[in-house]
Amino acid sequence: MATKNILIVGVGGQGTLLASKLMGKCFTQQGYDVKVSEVHGMSQRGGSVVTYVRYGEKVYSPVIEKGEADIIISFEQLESARWLPYLKKGGVLISSTQRIDPMPVIMGKAEYPENILSKLSEKDIKLVCLDALSLAIEAGTPKCANIVLLGAAVQFLGIEKEMWVDIIRSTVPPKTIDVNLKAFELGYNAN
Amino acid sequence: MEKALMLGNEAVARGLYEAGVTVVSSYPGTPSTEITEHVTKYNEIYSEWAPNEKVAFEVAFGAATGGARSFCAMKHVGLNVAADPLYTASYIGVNGGMVCAVADDPGMHSSQNEQDSRHHAIASKTPMLEPSDSAECSRFTSLAYELSERFGTPFLLRLSTRVSHARSLAPLSERNEVGVKEYKKDVMKNVMMPAMAKGAHVRLEQRLLDMARFADTEAVEMGINIAEYNSTEIGIIAAGTSFVYAHEAMGDSASYLKLGMVNPLPAELIRDFASKVDRVIVIEELDDIIETHCIKLGIKVTGKELFSNLGEFSQATIAAALKGEKAECEVFGEEIPLRPPVLCAGCPHRGLYYALKGMGLYVSGDIGCYTLGAQAPLSMMDACVCMGASISGLHGFNVARGKEQAKKSVAVIGDSTFIHSGITGLIDIAYNKGFSTVIVLDNSITGMTGHQNNPANGLTIKGDPTVAVNLEALARAVGFSNVVVVDPFDIEGTKTAVKAELLKEEPSLIISRRPCALLKTVKHSAPVKINADKCIGCKACLNVGCPALSQTKRENGKSLAVIDNTQCVGCGVCASACKFGAIEKGGND
Repeated sequence: MATKNILIVGVGGQGTLLASKLMGKCFTQQGYDVKVSEVHGMSQRGGSVVTYVRYGEKVYSPVIEKGEADIIISFEQLESARWLPYLKKGGVLISSTQRIDPMPVIMGKAEYPENILSKLSEKDIKLVCLDALSLAIEAGTPKCANIVLLGAAVQFLGIEKEMWVDIIRSTVPPKTIDVNLKAFELGYNAN
Repeated sequence: MEKALMLGNEAVARGLYEAGVTVVSSYPGTPSTEITEHVTKYNEIYSEWAPNEKVAFEVAFGAATGGARSFCAMKHVGLNVAADPLYTASYIGVNGGMVCAVADDPGMHSSQNEQDSRHHAIASKTPMLEPSDSAECSRFTSLAYELSERFGTPFLLRLSTRVSHARSLAPLSERNEVGVKEYKKDVMKNVMMPAMAKGAHVRLEQRLLDMARFADTEAVEMGINIAEYNSTEIGIIAAGTSFVYAHEAMGDSASYLKLGMVNPLPAELIRDFASKVDRVIVIEELDDIIETHCIKLGIKVTGKELFSNLGEFSQATIAAALKGEKAECEVFGEEIPLRPPVLCAGCPHRGLYYALKGMGLYVSGDIGCYTLGAQAPLSMMDACVCMGASISGLHGFNVARGKEQAKKSVAVIGDSTFIHSGITGLIDIAYNKGFSTVIVLDNSITGMTGHQNNPANGLTIKGDPTVAVNLEALARAVGFSNVVVVDPFDIEGTKTAVKAELLKEEPSLIISRRPCALLKTVKHSAPVKINADKCIGCKACLNVGCPALSQTKRENGKSLAVIDNTQCVGCGVCASACKFGAIEKGGND
């Protein structure tokens, strides 16, 4: 099979690394060659962050370039717009409806574009929107918005839901298993 | 063989474990930090955070002299700090094997420059291996110890952001307990004075010739340098990240000479490869080191003519240059505001900067989270060069411009950076009768690289209690008689203290002390509240540059401050910015 490319984008501190860790683990268990490229360090907090997940028979490069992603999972609207060019035409964009103003917008030096999601829906892509933050709060903590989004993405990842449940169970801290599984269900049923 | 999905850095740590390494000393630096953090999982290995890279290198080299297999890790600019011991360690050579990992950062994801560490390998005459994925990270690390002991030299292991911070599958092997070798006093080998160093240099040059022969022969048998023949129209010579990008872009439409050993470079192997392909392309991020080597060998190659010495490459860079291909994609079609990283909500650095704002100061900056304060709206930095340069640079600036200028200038430096190389600058000011004011931003952690303990916070790498450097006593001991401590959340108190110290025509050290807001031990207050009746929408609070604070529009069109309760930790710095008392303490207390 051709290598599959998944981009996970958001704002530093939103928990994009856990989502990529779970995916890496899952695709490895399925016998694929996997590369996951991450951004580390506190110096990225509050900034635009991206994680690349690639899997297939043999993966060389750890990065994904413009027009190469099959799926983008975005934790924030503006980041959905920013990383859109990385999606293949006809690719899947799963976007949280959360809005986080970047400092230039807070300072009034730049405008946060209006109606980002409806503009994205006019593009040659498949757009899935969900209020991951509210669903995460419903599950028990805003911190598990990442798992809500993973739940929403599962139908496009070609691996059975039960596999993901097992991976979550065996990866997250024992105390947080229940809340994460609830978040996963809410995301899974959101679309 | 059992395999695991590992970060490149984690795989280097695994390689250290498997090679029987017993001593590791490092200074944190993105993207190298996680190697040493992962080493702490192995109880068989002694590990430590050193105050800086020079110390780390010397500890590792001392351990190797003592017969242990040893290791140190640093980022590319860290190797500049460790360059002094490196350049003579290669003369002396080792007893137990020694490897120094150096992680480059093409594209400058988290660095002040994108220097190419291969220059250090060449200049110090030290062999260098360069892995391209996690499997090679562990394999090359283990191999480096065998070769280090066989050739009697320290080895450099060159990493880069996309190798260090990429997860891929790596095999797991058992640990090879090699023990500690016997130490024998050998003055001619280990004491570098001119008489001994002359002989050592002769041996070093011979060793380089031996290693170049190794690169041509055994390195191929050992799978370090690998030729892969497909279509012979194009032959690509590359190492590390450039190799994986090239293979991704070109697949079977090119042949490859993948160099796992980047110093010394092979000669016959390259000649042989070049003779079997129609056109030779050298692809290397940053500088033209392989290309220059090929030109010296008289081989016609294309390199920097097609590939820039700026930034990172990718498969797209190579496909565009060699195949003229460009991927199709959708674009949003409107300007998208930038989202630079910012100081976190509740960051103590924000309070300090906000207190200094408006005082018209020249701020000599340094390397750490607080460098983010250079950006709007705080805009509180005039210069930033390298670790420690804030203090020495301020001294030079003030000597040049006089005592009156010194009353309008400060240096800002974090606790870990101060220990790293700020202390020597402080001594320089005191010893030379300087009159500068230095502010240490003591947040009790090495923050920027992701929370490492350091000599000033009283905890070892494993979190065990230890002695802490007493910054106040240290400053007094070097000759600073003016030493004050302020709380950066107390804006008025901080302002008053800074003004008082600036007026003095003698050196002052101000310690701005409050732990990083992200430390688990830090208790947070309830989010602050906006009193909508008092808020006049003047936006003055936005000048603190807090990501938890923004403005919304009221029904009548006027602005109103809003707090993001998921981010706000109630530090109250924004309240100091509001003249109308519209930002109130949250919670019920």
